Amino acid sequence: MPKKYHIEVRPTPNRYPQIGRSGIVDWGEGCLKCPSCVKHECVYNVYRQRTFSAETNADTIDELCKDCFRCVQGCPKRLIHKALNPEWENLGDDVYTPEVVAANWEQAKTGKIPVSGAGYGGAFVGKGFDSMWTDMSEIVRPTRDGIHGREYISTVVDLGRWPANLRFDERGNLSTQPLPMVRVPIPVLFDIPAFGDMSSRVWHAVALAASELGTLAIIPQAEVEPLSDLRSWLVPLLETDGWDRKWIRQFRMVELADSSDTEERFDRIKRIDEGIIVSVRVPATVDAATRAWELTDHGVDIIHFVADERGYEPGVPDARHLKDVIRAQHGALVERGVRDEITVMASGGIAMAEHVIKSILCGANVVGIDLPLLLALECRLCRNCAEGGECPVRLSTIDPRWGAQRIVNLVGAWHNQCLEMMGAMGIREARRLRGEEGRVMFFEDLETDTFARLFKGREG
Amino acid sequence: MRYRNIWSEVPPRKVIATPSRFRRGIGKYTVVVSDACNHCLKCVVVCPESVFRARGSKLEPPQDHLCLGIECSKKSNRCMANCPVSAIRVGVNPSVKALGDRRWTADLLMSTWRMAETGSLPKNDLEYRIGGSQGGFDRLRFAFPKRLPKPDLDKNDIDTSITLNRRNDACERIDIPIPVYGGGMSFGSISQVTMLSRIRAYAAWGSFCCTGEGGYPEILYPFDDHIITQVATGLFGVREETIQRVKIVEFKYAQGAKPGLGGHLLGDKVTPAVARIRETVPGSSLFSPFPFHSVYSVEDHKKHIDWIKTVNKRGLVSVKVSTPSDVDMVAVGSYYAGAHIVHLDGSYGGTGAAPDVAKKNIAMPIEYAIPKVHKFLVDEGIRDEICLIASGGARTAYDVAKAIALGADGVVTGTSDLVALECVRCHNCESGRGCARGIATTDAELVGLMDLEWGTRRIINMLWCWRDQLREILYRLGMRSIRELVGRTDVLAHLDYNSNVQDDDVREAIY
Repeated sequence: MPKKYHIEVRPTPNRYPQIGRSGIVDWGEGCLKCPSCVKHECVYNVYRQRTFSAETNADTIDELCKDCFRCVQGCPKRLIHKALNPEWENLGDDVYTPEVVAANWEQAKTGKIPVSGAGYGGAFVGKGFDSMWTDMSEIVRPTRDGIHGREYISTVVDLGRWPANLRFDERGNLSTQPLPMVRVPIPVLFDIPAFGDMSSRVWHAVALAASELGTLAIIPQAEVEPLSDLRSWLVPLLETDGWDRKWIRQFRMVELADSSDTEERFDRIKRIDEGIIVSVRVPATVDAATRAWELTDHGVDIIHFVADERGYEPGVPDARHLKDVIRAQHGALVERGVRDEITVMASGGIAMAEHVIKSILCGANVVGIDLPLLLALECRLCRNCAEGGECPVRLSTIDPRWGAQRIVNLVGAWHNQCLEMMGAMGIREARRLRGEEGRVMFFEDLETDTFARLFKGREG
Repeated sequence: MRYRNIWSEVPPRKVIATPSRFRRGIGKYTVVVSDACNHCLKCVVVCPESVFRARGSKLEPPQDHLCLGIECSKKSNRCMANCPVSAIRVGVNPSVKALGDRRWTADLLMSTWRMAETGSLPKNDLEYRIGGSQGGFDRLRFAFPKRLPKPDLDKNDIDTSITLNRRNDACERIDIPIPVYGGGMSFGSISQVTMLSRIRAYAAWGSFCCTGEGGYPEILYPFDDHIITQVATGLFGVREETIQRVKIVEFKYAQGAKPGLGGHLLGDKVTPAVARIRETVPGSSLFSPFPFHSVYSVEDHKKHIDWIKTVNKRGLVSVKVSTPSDVDMVAVGSYYAGAHIVHLDGSYGGTGAAPDVAKKNIAMPIEYAIPKVHKFLVDEGIRDEICLIASGGARTAYDVAKAIALGADGVVTGTSDLVALECVRCHNCESGRGCARGIATTDAELVGLMDLEWGTRRIINMLWCWRDQLREILYRLGMRSIRELVGRTDVLAHLDYNSNVQDDDVREAIY
């Protein structure tokens, strides 16, 4: 059995106050100055810890309050009220909701998986990844108890190609040459964020985190130079030129953006060194199946389907979600009989731990995460940077070691959540999750089997 | 005076007004009386809901959670128009926006508080039937006939009882007068006061309440006949003697809020008392394993059930399972293994602590599982021999009725009971000292926030209102018994598939 993979998480405090869900609005006017004020009785000591941050002009109470409503109900003059924080409501978008953003911040800070009391408080069903449930096992199928270390669950995945068949010579010895392969301990690579207040410090943090986790970071070619110590963990996204034989041989894996001459560029790299894994970055659209076939037939190691940052087909009206793209692409490769020869990577809109598992269940081997890397560094997704504005958390100024630990914490928490989900399914290998649609319940299918069967075509 | 030990008494089944234990109830509207008030007390006279009360000659701060709303306050015979100094302002309570979530909206919390306080429905426009999850129960409506099918039906004669043992065997025959019993919440996850409040309330109703996976504290012994004891994967506090005390034993194979995971009780809540009952170490977090490592097949499962039946010959066996894709097979397997009750716990159920990733993503919502299992059991020809109980997201009397119309015999509640005890769904049950409102905590000071008699009455009142709503629904459907409703999806409509769906409000008939 391989050595057990363990991610070393460490509490790593925020640099800036967090944006809380709701704030307390209290008036001093009319206060009776009761000797036992409800504010002193706060169970969480929120009022005693309260300070004012001059830098962000914010009252820390909004970050500390846990919404128990005791003070609201207890003040005899009714001077205390609660209100939703408008900054919270404006956070992120419909995929990176305020809850998703805040949960990632918290995981990057503590390295712990989010645990809470009371049942789920969200919508019955949502778009994209929120329209599928993973299966679980009980009584008739064994589960795996991975999270507390009682059983070993492996999240290792392999990146590369597999031969369609093995050949043997007359003497019965294997004559097929083994193909190059990179093994990563988690099915998560780091991808390039669509925006961000990037700097060499941020790339350094990303690369350091990749090296600590034993995974790979896809990084623009221009940013690779200062990080040459960490090159084993880097996947340069190659520009058309500006690289040579010697330089490229430093890397285990490189990536090409798909273009009209992809095949020629691929051949050129493989002529330099067959051992370099080459990934081709293709826009994640349902209609790209023929392109995936071409690339597979040509011998590409990895097809990397890239959705937009929210997880939808890029630049397409009525864009479909990444999960549907992966299902379609996976299905097309299966149909052609080549699915087991190639690695499929999916990225864009992977915002939470469950999206990793769900993407793989839909047919990917491995996923790439982008914006969560920045969330770990306290990014607020305000997109000011994309418009040339100032970053409210001055992301570019971070200490790379602090940033790396925050990313390690986030991935550590995600990893444990993946173990929970795999344990519940009774699947003990991430490799066996791939395309395992029998362990997924899709909203459309449940709806057809249940409510459509019962209610469709009937008078109300 | 004779000393009465109310801790061991089954309280009477009647509605006793039980207002908020905090200084001020939370309502949809706020009523503000400015300093201009001259204490003429006209408002006290004109308000139909006792929002304004006088202490001596002075006006007390208004009970604005009772307020009927802005429309009412503006009427010529009501408070604002009759205030000679224009000191009264009625508006929407801004704090309400920060209250609740999609499943338990602020309206649903406040209307449940109202039921727990008065035993009747809110008189104002609070929504009391559905939440805001936009799916499942929240998209289903009752399609009442326009004319009453049986106008001579006496509402008080409508039967809401269900039978828990539908096998023709030698075990206990148990009917409960309401189609509801209390789900497992362990001592440790909730306080002893909360636990006893629930059990006493269900005992008052002649129903049952489950101990959860935290052992069987001695203080529960007077209520043995109304207790379901749980055997879960951690086997905390399970002894031969505890299994023999009760009429129903529940195997918890899985829990809806964390399907495929064992229970969590974080160290802070493991006080010496909790540790003693569970036979563990104080302060040390408890993680139940998953699954039962002695059960990997239906045959193993039968062995488990036989074990309980050997220890307690008359007791009923309930099997609590979550909702995987093959939940129908699990249900049939449980029937053949000898279970009396199959209890399906859907994925949106409650918990004292669970990873968020599990609450949201694993296993299917109960609304899909009930019809799937019901149909399968009918097709197998064994539906009449098993009691199918649903839980995991049933928040209201309407959810209970909808679950039954989808194919369940009855429903198990949990979160609604806690909401009746003024839970605000802040989701902090698990951390530190536990619940700031003294419900899901073992902290000595916080436990003292709630009184046993108060807690018991609140739950009795809520169930009273639920029973009335169930009767009203059945009355409008022309049914004499809730047993007629089982599997009657034809009396439901779904907003996604049916048009012209009528409003199914019964408010006016209940208060």
